[in-house]
Amino acid sequence: MSDSATVDYDGLIPNNVGLNADPRLRRALESWHPGYLDWWRARGPDGFQDSLVYLRTAIGVDSDGWAKFGYVRMPDYRWGILLAPQVEGRTIPFGAHKGEKAWQEVPGEYRALLRRLVVVQGDTEPASVEQQRLLGATAPSLYDLRNLFQVNVEEARHLWAMVYLLQKYFGRDGREEAEELLRRRSGDRDSPRLLGAFNEATPDWLSFFMFTFFTDRDGKMQLQALAQSGFDPLSRTCRFMLTEEAHHMFVGQTGIGRIVERSCAAMREAGLSDPTDIERVRALGVIDLPTIQKKANLHFALTLDLFGGEISTNAANVFNAGLKGRYREDKIADDHVLTGATYAVVRLRDGRIVTEEVPALSALNMRLRDDFAAEAAAGVERWNAIIARAGIAYRLRLPHVAFNRRIGEFAGIEADPDGNLLSAEEWQRRRDEFLPSAADDAFVASLMRPVTEPGKFAPWIAPPRTGIDGKPGDFEYVRLAG
Amino acid sequence: MDAIDFRTDPSRYRHWRLECEGPVAFLTLDVDPAGSLFPGVELKLNSYDLGVDIELADAVQRLRFEHPEVRAVAIRSGKDNVFCAGANIAALARASHQHKVNFCKFTNETRLAIEDASEHSDQRYLAAIGGPAAGGGYELAAACDWLMLVDDHRSAVSLPELPLLAVLPGTGGLTRLTDKRKVRRDRADLFCATEEGARGRRAVEWRLVDECVPPSSWDAKVRERALALAATSDRPAEAQGIALPPLERKIGDDAIAYPHLRVALDRGRRLATVTVTGPTQAPDAAEIYRQGATFWPLAVARELDDAILHLRFNEAELGIIVLRSEGDPAAVLVADALLDERADDWLVREIRLYWKRVLKRLDMTARSLFTLIEPGSCFAGTLAELCFAADRTLMFAGTRAGDNRPAAILTLSALNFGAYPMGNGLSRLETRFLGEPESLQRARQIIGVSLPAEDAAELGLVTAAYDEVDWDEEIRLMLEERASFSPDALTGLEANLRGAGPETMETRIFGRLSAWQNWIFQRANAAGPEGALKLYGTGRRPKFDPERV
Ligand SMILES: [Fe+2]
Ligand SMILES: [Fe+2]
Repeated sequence: MSDSATVDYDGLIPNNVGLNADPRLRRALESWHPGYLDWWRARGPDGFQDSLVYLRTAIGVDSDGWAKFGYVRMPDYRWGILLAPQVEGRTIPFGAHKGEKAWQEVPGEYRALLRRLVVVQGDTEPASVEQQRLLGATAPSLYDLRNLFQVNVEEARHLWAMVYLLQKYFGRDGREEAEELLRRRSGDRDSPRLLGAFNEATPDWLSFFMFTFFTDRDGKMQLQALAQSGFDPLSRTCRFMLTEEAHHMFVGQTGIGRIVERSCAAMREAGLSDPTDIERVRALGVIDLPTIQKKANLHFALTLDLFGGEISTNAANVFNAGLKGRYREDKIADDHVLTGATYAVVRLRDGRIVTEEVPALSALNMRLRDDFAAEAAAGVERWNAIIARAGIAYRLRLPHVAFNRRIGEFAGIEADPDGNLLSAEEWQRRRDEFLPSAADDAFVASLMRPVTEPGKFAPWIAPPRTGIDGKPGDFEYVRLAG
Repeated sequence: MDAIDFRTDPSRYRHWRLECEGPVAFLTLDVDPAGSLFPGVELKLNSYDLGVDIELADAVQRLRFEHPEVRAVAIRSGKDNVFCAGANIAALARASHQHKVNFCKFTNETRLAIEDASEHSDQRYLAAIGGPAAGGGYELAAACDWLMLVDDHRSAVSLPELPLLAVLPGTGGLTRLTDKRKVRRDRADLFCATEEGARGRRAVEWRLVDECVPPSSWDAKVRERALALAATSDRPAEAQGIALPPLERKIGDDAIAYPHLRVALDRGRRLATVTVTGPTQAPDAAEIYRQGATFWPLAVARELDDAILHLRFNEAELGIIVLRSEGDPAAVLVADALLDERADDWLVREIRLYWKRVLKRLDMTARSLFTLIEPGSCFAGTLAELCFAADRTLMFAGTRAGDNRPAAILTLSALNFGAYPMGNGLSRLETRFLGEPESLQRARQIIGVSLPAEDAAELGLVTAAYDEVDWDEEIRLMLEERASFSPDALTGLEANLRGAGPETMETRIFGRLSAWQNWIFQRANAAGPEGALKLYGTGRRPKFDPERV
């Protein structure tokens, strides 16, 4: 074996999977690791690699291990492999194998299906890091810069988690797929990431917060569904990832919330009562609410596409096989087999949008998407509460599911955010009413100026209520190098 | 039905008599009507079921090994007014689809073995059709070199399957009409649609038989023709045959043991693991005749043949056959060298031809075949054919911790390049490398070289090489995945992928005739409650679904 065998892998890589005692896995990781570090340097955050960032690191899965805070240079971050503790006697919670003992090894019958699930999930993790790599240069504060990097290192750890599954359980194919995860590039024409939304640009911080609010929430929903899996290692991996994912959504929820709060405050200070008077609001150096709405429209639609087709044989197959459940499957009171059940799906029928009962098994993507939309809607209401508190007459909302879709029932039509069908010409004519225009993007871009003084924030965003890890407002979350 | 045993010998035949008279042997079909494998079925008019055909296959095999002096074999009937009425319909109607298909395959293999004996062992076959030969009866005759029909204005040859039974003459009948006897297609069409078939001059004119002989000169003519056929043979008149004693075999619940081969039956995983053991000592040329049936290459071929047939008929649910070996590859190569150098010796020739047939039997077996080349295995030369017959071959790279055996090797011998052609007439390596002749060239250059897994994989001789880290898991996943697929679709997939390369009469019999027949066997027009097979003999007319598919 190569001289890297002398590396103390348990020390270098926090894990609770017995890495040092598993030569097969160690060897696989050893050959993957250098490529991973190259990827992080080339496609991870641009710059800041020598800065000291106040990050939390998960070194164990118990309450005092999962969030160790301290300054760390990102390339030295200890990406670990951590699984939620094994539940004794766990059984497969749903599908045709319901009630059988959960699989500790990949059932050969489902090898390809499972590998595909892990690969698709795994592909999203590094993708978002790539999408966000330039944002450090325009962070509105050290606090936000730190949060960006926290999200980035954790998404990278999620890549590790999926690579662990591929290398541990899927043999040579798995190792090849693990390499491929490093080879694909977000937005690359020749080898793009697998899912559309992960090839979109994240050009500014408003987009970043929208992404963490919407798209990371899709990630959460997928992880929740996979956490139910009858393949126990996948379930345990995803359960632990969810603890981290919560922070990403917090960044999105509060990020947009702080932008909304700042915009409303500025309007009040200036005595502006019409939130749609965009020019006057923008003149205050803050982002107008209609532009925030358009960004939300864009990100919501992109994220809905991630759930796949409303009617999906593949979703039925993976559920029936016991590989991917529903959101909070364990809290649902039904037979968990669904062979006789139906589910209401919004569909396009003869040019009209209708709701139709379809076999529940084939509508599982739709169901997960509905759960997602409900949660996202609740988040939007929290922003509306901020607007209302400021006494501004404006409501943010989620667009209709038929709006601006590229996948599923509504891929072939155009609709406005209320779900009214539009002709292609009308859509072209009115597109900028619904989605950020070039001018909107240019305006938001013009605000993106870095603020690097501890405790200071860009004028378009409010400070957070509390610091990370209980730190005071002027805490130096990132010690910039040089 | 009890387990079907393919082991028999002339002293136990119920349906055939084998009499040797110098260069000529008479193989007389005289079916015991009460001797069906299916209880209650009466084998009338020399009609046959699998039991009858097992004896025929045994006789054809023994004639080659035990009777080098026999140069011509005359197949005739022991009953007065019938040659053979073909496969017994009541038995067919009783049989499961699985049995029908395997029965059909086995009978086809036996008829091809007759043709192989003639073409390659110079043991010619004569069909002395002294009475009506219908369906499978005519098909059996068509496997012979010379067909003589008694011209008694009564006896006809016929293929009445279509009008009578709504199925095909599936034992090579259609194919031999057109491909072997080169009967004009429109005449073949007429012949097959005419229940009573053809007699006398017309049968000759249409090339359905080679000659018509009046009853008065029949016996003399049969003898004369047999001797004439014998004269075209190179078989050694003075040689001593070797006896084929009954195979030693112990069948347990989950294992079958032969002296050189064992089969582990894993019903839970629907898996049969066949492990071939190499020669315990390097075979010696001087010993071949003394060892006879215990000479390693022959002994293994017989055991493997029996094991395949046993699995086909008696273990229908074991969908995967894993092929393994144990022993010294060098000893296998010594045996191969003998088989190569002494190819002109009649017995060596028979052994090689037998291996060819056994391997083809494997090719035609509707089970997923996976060969595992592991430390301690002896896949070399002839045994390496098991690697190329398999749907996938996996090779263990390096050694296992705690196992002091050296790493697995794969070695080719000259015999991998033509001694054992597949049904398509090409060697397995030639077929494997149809699209990359340079790989075949490279393989030729490494005859005798011990190839470790990396090299074997690089040369394209194995599907993949896995080391200790991956082996167990990859194999487990492969087997579990395979077991989860549709057995029907796998049968179709494997038959298609194994059957690359040129068409021959043989590939057409298995690939076209049998495939259509197996489809027809599934259709209601033949097998349904109102179908022709079910109603045959009741006097009721079948009801056909008129839709052409
Ligand atoms: Fe993630
Ligand atoms: Fe995330």
